[in-house]
Amino acid sequence: MNAILETRNLNAWFGNTQALQNISLDVDHNTITAIIGPSGCGKSTFIRCLNRLHEEVPDAKAQGQVIVEGKDIYAPKVDPVAIRRKIGMVFQKPNPFPSLTVFENVAIGLKLAGLKRGVALKEVVEKSLKLTALWDEVKDKLHTPGTSLSGGQQQRLCIARALAVEPAVLLMDEPTSALDPISTARIEELVTDLKKTVTIVIVTHNMQQAARISDKTAFFLLGELIEYDNTSRIFTAPKDKKTERYITGRFG
Amino acid sequence: MERHLSESIFKNYWKRKTINVFFHILLIFGTILATTPLFSVFGYVVSKGIPAIDFDFFTQLPKPIGETGGGMANALVGTCTLILLASIIGIPWGISVGTYLSEYQAKSKLTQVIRFSADMLASIPSIIIGLFIYALIVIHMKRFSALAGGIALGILIIPTVARTTEELLKMVPMHIREAGLALGLPRWKVILWIVLSGSKSAIITGIMLSIARVAGETAPLLFTAFGNHFWQSGLDQPIASLPVQIYTYAISPYEDWHRQAWAGAFVLVMLVFTMNLLIRLIGLRWGRKN
Repeated sequence: MNAILETRNLNAWFGNTQALQNISLDVDHNTITAIIGPSGCGKSTFIRCLNRLHEEVPDAKAQGQVIVEGKDIYAPKVDPVAIRRKIGMVFQKPNPFPSLTVFENVAIGLKLAGLKRGVALKEVVEKSLKLTALWDEVKDKLHTPGTSLSGGQQQRLCIARALAVEPAVLLMDEPTSALDPISTARIEELVTDLKKTVTIVIVTHNMQQAARISDKTAFFLLGELIEYDNTSRIFTAPKDKKTERYITGRFG
Repeated sequence: MERHLSESIFKNYWKRKTINVFFHILLIFGTILATTPLFSVFGYVVSKGIPAIDFDFFTQLPKPIGETGGGMANALVGTCTLILLASIIGIPWGISVGTYLSEYQAKSKLTQVIRFSADMLASIPSIIIGLFIYALIVIHMKRFSALAGGIALGILIIPTVARTTEELLKMVPMHIREAGLALGLPRWKVILWIVLSGSKSAIITGIMLSIARVAGETAPLLFTAFGNHFWQSGLDQPIASLPVQIYTYAISPYEDWHRQAWAGAFVLVMLVFTMNLLIRLIGLRWGRKN
């Protein structure tokens, strides 16, 4: 299998503090890659570099190569806006846009990009909501505010919103850490299904979650990539002592 | 030992209870003291205004000096015209400044200077703004005009609209903006269609409040809009307004004009009052929806 996303010597800073050090890893088509590690190890910074969102933070910068479908997104003259259309993102806290309805929340990406209107837009919204298994729950309240849904529904709405623009890669930054166990289970089920349509990179604090859903797992510590391998291998026979100590809960 | 402790607690209990009652009464008294001026002004204006008001007040032009009757129809229309002009000038300007302050380089030197200037502008007495427009526009046009009055009022609402917009936009969490950017939307679209549009109800409330405030401004209109006794013939001509008309009538020596000044005061107070009430109701409904 060939990689859809490769990073080569990726470094990132906040002001003078280096948050990522020479990260190189490959992500294959239609897989789920989990990023695990203790708080502050650079997991979130890493995936925020993958859609060039990291640089939106004042004083933050990134250096190195991130190659998506053969093209380096950090090459000069690359427009970050165009990059982000291909690489969607779901955040830690469910964040539907305020005062937009369920329908508008899903439609807004395409609508503001001027890509679809009318009937075609309705089809995309329905398709995205079906992909996130939300359609049956919200089809009668498409025109109520997105913020009126429950936490788990809101997060699935945010996933639908990201999927509506048909990204090649979906980045998820601890998408279940603000949710109850039942909503978490639904999202995990959903993520496993979505693998067919989109490549997923997911940051998680929850090691069981990484073990349950991912194909490959990367362990980060203090801004460095310690180990990256098949998930089954990482959780049964890690090569590095630090990985072993972390997954067995002896630190972090 | 334990008995000793409980006794002292008991003794303290009555002491605390007395102090509590004392301060409670003090606070009630303070609240009454603070709201008395509002209610007495309101009550006085209503009691003087209601008997003074008649149908002619809303439909007739002012009568020449010496004749009784007539109304302030032109001043009513004039106030509405001035508010409209002020809104056209002040609202887009204020929202732009507020958006810049919140969304672009919130911490740079330039934004700090702009923010400070807006605060300064808000605390400049309104008569100075009137004087400034007099020097800038009235002298050059060689006449008082509705336009000059509208601009003066417009300038007065810029700082409040700007600072309200800024504060409200700052309340929109950062991750909402990031979610917009992550959809592949350019920054200006995120600001316009997600951030600004998401807080539009609150911003409209802020704008309405600042308009309600300038609706009663008199000082800056004295030497900009000036006032007249006829129907308005053009925006480059002097225009009547309720506050100025009230002022002119109230200091006149004629009994009938005093009556009309009270009627005018009543209408103006009711105008501002209903506007505030309306804003509250809209705000309440909006708050429940979210």
